[in-house]
Amino acid sequence: MKKFLSIVLALVMVLSLAACGGSEDGSSAAADTTAADSQADTEAPSESAATSDFKAGFICLHDEQSTYDLNFINAAKEACENLGVAYVIKTGIDESEQCLAAAEELVEDEGCTYIFADSFGHEPYIMQAAQEYPDVQFVHATGTHAHNAGIANFHNAFAAIYEGRYLAGVAAGLKLNEMIAAGTITADQAKVGYVGAYNYAEVMSGYTSWFLGVRSQCPTATMEVSYTSSWYDEAAEYETAKALISGGCVLISQHADSMGAPRACEENNVPNVSYNGSTVSVGPNTFIISSRINWVPFFEYSITATMNGEAFDADWTGTIATGSVEVTEVNEAAAAEGTQAKLDEVKAAFEAGTLHVFDTKTFTVGGSELTSYLADVDDDGTFTGETEVVSDGYFHESEYRSAPYFNLLIDGITELGN
Amino acid sequence: MNNKTPLIHITRRMDIGRPRAYAYRAAAIILAFIVCGIVTMVLTGENPLDVYSAMFTGAFGSSRKIWALLQNLAILLCVGLALAPAFRMRFWNLGGDGQVLAGCIAAAACMMFLSGALPNVLLIIVTLIAAVCAGALWGFIPAFFKAKWGTNETLFTLMMNYVAAQLASFFITSWSKDGSAKIGIINQNTQIGWFPEIGNKYMMFVIVAVILAVLMFIYMKYTKHGYEISVVGESERTARYIGIKVRKVIIRTMLISGAICGLTGFFLVSAKDHTLTTTMVGGRGFTAVIVAWLAKFNPFTMILTAFLIVFLSQGCNQITTALELNSSFGDIITGIILFFIIGSEFFINYRIHFRKSSKKEAA
Repeated sequence: MKKFLSIVLALVMVLSLAACGGSEDGSSAAADTTAADSQADTEAPSESAATSDFKAGFICLHDEQSTYDLNFINAAKEACENLGVAYVIKTGIDESEQCLAAAEELVEDEGCTYIFADSFGHEPYIMQAAQEYPDVQFVHATGTHAHNAGIANFHNAFAAIYEGRYLAGVAAGLKLNEMIAAGTITADQAKVGYVGAYNYAEVMSGYTSWFLGVRSQCPTATMEVSYTSSWYDEAAEYETAKALISGGCVLISQHADSMGAPRACEENNVPNVSYNGSTVSVGPNTFIISSRINWVPFFEYSITATMNGEAFDADWTGTIATGSVEVTEVNEAAAAEGTQAKLDEVKAAFEAGTLHVFDTKTFTVGGSELTSYLADVDDDGTFTGETEVVSDGYFHESEYRSAPYFNLLIDGITELGN
Repeated sequence: MNNKTPLIHITRRMDIGRPRAYAYRAAAIILAFIVCGIVTMVLTGENPLDVYSAMFTGAFGSSRKIWALLQNLAILLCVGLALAPAFRMRFWNLGGDGQVLAGCIAAAACMMFLSGALPNVLLIIVTLIAAVCAGALWGFIPAFFKAKWGTNETLFTLMMNYVAAQLASFFITSWSKDGSAKIGIINQNTQIGWFPEIGNKYMMFVIVAVILAVLMFIYMKYTKHGYEISVVGESERTARYIGIKVRKVIIRTMLISGAICGLTGFFLVSAKDHTLTTTMVGGRGFTAVIVAWLAKFNPFTMILTAFLIVFLSQGCNQITTALELNSSFGDIITGIILFFIIGSEFFINYRIHFRKSSKKEAA
């Protein structure tokens, strides 16, 4: 019992110490929230504009080490600074109950009235939180339920990134052509490799559009896809890329979020096309280009609407026109000559509406042309398609819902499993 | 004069007074905070007082945070209570993570595949039994091998963690219908198989942990089983000499240890998270080892050690958000503080002698 008492005493001492630390600083709890505020504000140049107590909260699966999360974090900071609003970013939030807890903390303790979550698996928890706090706007990227969930304060957002992927694919195709012309590879050896995270629509739509871009320039191109079963596993991504390279792939792209694949490419001197942002720092000699979603326009749109108490889209799809779909600068050290000129040409065709990524004349599934496809747009849990998405000669990706639903394996692409 | 005494030598001390022991511990904690302050200033340029106050708000900043703290404390305590009898027996059960996860897998399976087949109350009972059995099985396997063939339980239990994690990963992938390898919230709309809330969503675990702590205290201190466990822990030979069936005690204790882990897994899935992920146990099986050891396996002292750990982790979480630091920084702070606390135990148990100058010794 004496021991018990003494431990109590020891703990009291710890606590009083912590309390002292707090009170010297001002008035412990209250002082701290202001400390957090001012931290966010000092980053915002227009502090005077942050007069309202509006605060945006962001939930990220990983931290800045992940290219995917970094793309969101940078955009969140930029948008909030442009609008002069305070923000809190929580990183390393699992796709688990942790996400709901983070949302509760942001709402109740930080006073956020706008919450954004960035990962596919966050969706059920964000929906749960949206029902718990009807006065707070919840936005979830890549999600599939907001368009028909009927929860007024729950929103999904994504972009027609397949157009950006296609552009990046065009750059890769030009590189293949250059390699064929130089005699480094024959036309039959134009096999590209793709390191994917999981085999569901978001990834499949991504690699298919990228591959169609590649093949639009290099008709003999084929592709092998290998999955890592993780969004961020540097070692697995590195090894998977290396395995693809030793399997004869002469150019690699990836949809997994670490620097693993770009690093493997640089070490083996294999050209690489990225996603989410430039990886030129890791691959100065091999990085060609990267497509990315620029989230700033969406953040500005949705945060402004929330501040003004206006309604905004339950399901929002960014496009090239909204400035949401982008490719990075071309790395001249690795890209083929004339890449930028070709990209400008293709981009103009997208904007004019004369070019469609999933033009059914450019690909076949199981040997035949796709004339009809029922996609599971409503995502009601039955996993059966109900919406006809092929019409006017192309597959209408991200038109009936922002999140991708192209999940067909087209001829020319082989999945290697994981 | 050739001095054979080493510069430093260490002797075990048996007679340190309690007040003095606690003075050492308090000094360690104060030192730890000072070192943390210096590290913070040097590495980040932040005011260390901001760091301490962020820690305090992280743990006690709002009633929600206090509840979350209590809930996390309760979960950690449950795992610690599960491990305590095994460690008291000097059975190095490092498999807490796997045993809890085994319970989680069983619970999630019941909730996913038996919903609708059974009335809700019955489903919850079946889920509970399945989770407890799965946890007990995960404890039984290494114990059986240890008792029968003398295998090394440290490695065995450790490896069982990986088996459980891979199984969880396998089941999540095969049960996830859309290929994203995520289960999401099980029965989100119907709430079938969800353990009913008591008071608020945090309270359930607190009640469970308090009941478990009391039961474990009684079990270890006042029952024959508890006595047998401590005798086996002190000396297996003595235990055999006085007629204790050591193998039986090992297997029985590990069944209990695993079963409580499985029970914790049940409440994690059915009452708290309503999902299955590979990270849901979050290393508590290892953290609980520190909790149990620091408290010398006393269930009530464990409340305090668990509190200390949870306070640190929740506080550090706040530091990274409020001061916009990388989440690894919180881990550094926690590491420093734990280092000092564990270090103080060394100074309480051992005395360090420095060689006195040879002149003095000659005189």
